[in-house]
Amino acid sequence: MKIPLKYTIRNFKSRKLTTIITVAGIAMVVFVFAAVLMMAYGIQKTMIATGCTDNVLIARKSAYGEVSSIVVRDDYNTILTLPHIAKAEDGKPLVSGETVIVIGLERRSGGLSNVTARGVARTVFTLRPQVKIVEGRAFQQGAREVIAGASIRKNFIGAELGNTVSFGGDTWTIVGYFEAGGSGFDSEFWVDNDQLQDAFNRQGGFSTVTFKLDDPNSFSAFKAAFENEPRLQQFEPKIEQKFFQEQSESLSTFINILGIFITVIFSFGATIGAMITMYAAVANRIVEVGTLRALGFKRRSVLSAFLMESIAISLFGGLIGLLLASLLQFFSLSMLNFSSFAELQFSFALSPSIVLSSLFFSLFMGIAGGFLPAVRAARLKIVDALRAG
Amino acid sequence: MSNSIIQVQNVSKSYWRDSLEVPVLNDISIDVHEGEFLGLMGPSGSGKTTLLNLIAGIDRPSRGNVIVGGIDITKLNESNLAKWRSRHIGFVFQFYNLLPVLTAFENVELPLLLTSLSKAERKKHVELSLDVVGLGDRIHHYPKQLSGGQEQRVAIARAIVTDPTLLVADEPTGDLDKRSAEEIMILLERLNTEFKKTIVMVTHDPRAAEKAKVVHHLDKGELS
Repeated sequence: MKIPLKYTIRNFKSRKLTTIITVAGIAMVVFVFAAVLMMAYGIQKTMIATGCTDNVLIARKSAYGEVSSIVVRDDYNTILTLPHIAKAEDGKPLVSGETVIVIGLERRSGGLSNVTARGVARTVFTLRPQVKIVEGRAFQQGAREVIAGASIRKNFIGAELGNTVSFGGDTWTIVGYFEAGGSGFDSEFWVDNDQLQDAFNRQGGFSTVTFKLDDPNSFSAFKAAFENEPRLQQFEPKIEQKFFQEQSESLSTFINILGIFITVIFSFGATIGAMITMYAAVANRIVEVGTLRALGFKRRSVLSAFLMESIAISLFGGLIGLLLASLLQFFSLSMLNFSSFAELQFSFALSPSIVLSSLFFSLFMGIAGGFLPAVRAARLKIVDALRAG
Repeated sequence: MSNSIIQVQNVSKSYWRDSLEVPVLNDISIDVHEGEFLGLMGPSGSGKTTLLNLIAGIDRPSRGNVIVGGIDITKLNESNLAKWRSRHIGFVFQFYNLLPVLTAFENVELPLLLTSLSKAERKKHVELSLDVVGLGDRIHHYPKQLSGGQEQRVAIARAIVTDPTLLVADEPTGDLDKRSAEEIMILLERLNTEFKKTIVMVTHDPRAAEKAKVVHHLDKGELS
């Protein structure tokens, strides 16, 4: 039979301060742990939202990101000959050859930062229906006009409607804002592709080519046709969503590794804190342990009572840390995405697996911190323990 | 010796301090009859508490056997010994040893958690025990809300709640004023005469020892 749980719970109350300090230490570590995971997940989520599952993006195989990819006009034309490319009502293929340029812009919070300017075809709004003009209008073909994503409007100076931004040796008027459902496009300028190529002397080719599949399930058929085309061997087609997800991997992996490394070091501190608390708890209750053992409670009951106490403290701390971290969902951050060399705005995002990982992490700290003190309590000789009073 | 409930047979006990053997009990043999109230007296360090601990199964002799109720408890492994204690021994300590975070009721209930009694049965037993010691109206008090004498009564209620074979009391009046000590001794005497409990009590208080039916004196680990 176990030592009653109320014995454990009430002992917290009898030493409020040490319990609160230990809980706070663990809560802080779990907060940082969860925040880092939420950050990395937020980036992934943003990038996943960027792509559609029925769009295919073609980039150069060796390219690290869109910026370093080139698809020359001849290859573009070859791609258009392949099957399974959806057609618009007018019979033209639903395709957008896009040029991606990185420009410098002044942040509201100070300092210059990189922003992606994406030259797109007019078909892009059919291709990516999640992108909606919310204010103003779309750029006109043949005009030096840009539309700005929701995050650009928020984070950069001079990104107001009617203002001009300078890049490519010319000035461009902001004629509209678009929203892309919190995806990576929200952190971009979109312009008419011909204008962008003209300004940067890039008429020879695109960075990437994106098109809609005629059927969401026809990707493998398209890929087979693509791979059979000898002129396209240096390119690789990917589902757009997968492409952007991979673009987030280096940044989210970096954050995960750095963050987990830091929290593991923090966790040593919190675990030692829990251990000291539990050693003190055992030392203060040696006579009680002796009494319980004399009454007939077994060593393992004493062990589990003290271990439960440590686990309860750490789980409580973990829940508080997680609760605080969950409030981060209301905040968003901008960071340089390594793959695109441009700013990406994203929100902290919580997932069930982050909740579970955080709780397991606090459970681990509780067990690691409580085990040795609990063993000490369980190993006490009854006679010695009773005499300690 | 058919009605002997405790047989201490040629028991010796020594402790090791570093590499030095310190003898505490030297070849002790005692028989305690059922329903007896035995007092163990002697100066500090005479080994009386050690002998009590051996009888109660919370310590093991270096040599010899301790047979309680027909069971040689020196042969039991630790787990079985713990189970045996919970069924056969009621402890009364000098400093009461109540758990401060539990109420009188919960303290008395503790030994019953090791039995298979239902919650309702446990409640009945606890209330009965607290009534016997005269604290039926203090069941929800915490130890710190009770006087020393009342705490010791709760401890006695805890000791008798499982209806054990044997009550062991180590200086039960050692921390009490004269009046409370008297009340505790009257209570123990009543448990012995009225409820036929076998009691082994260590004390160096001659007034307490007066209540015992048989008194053994120990000196330097030997019966004198």
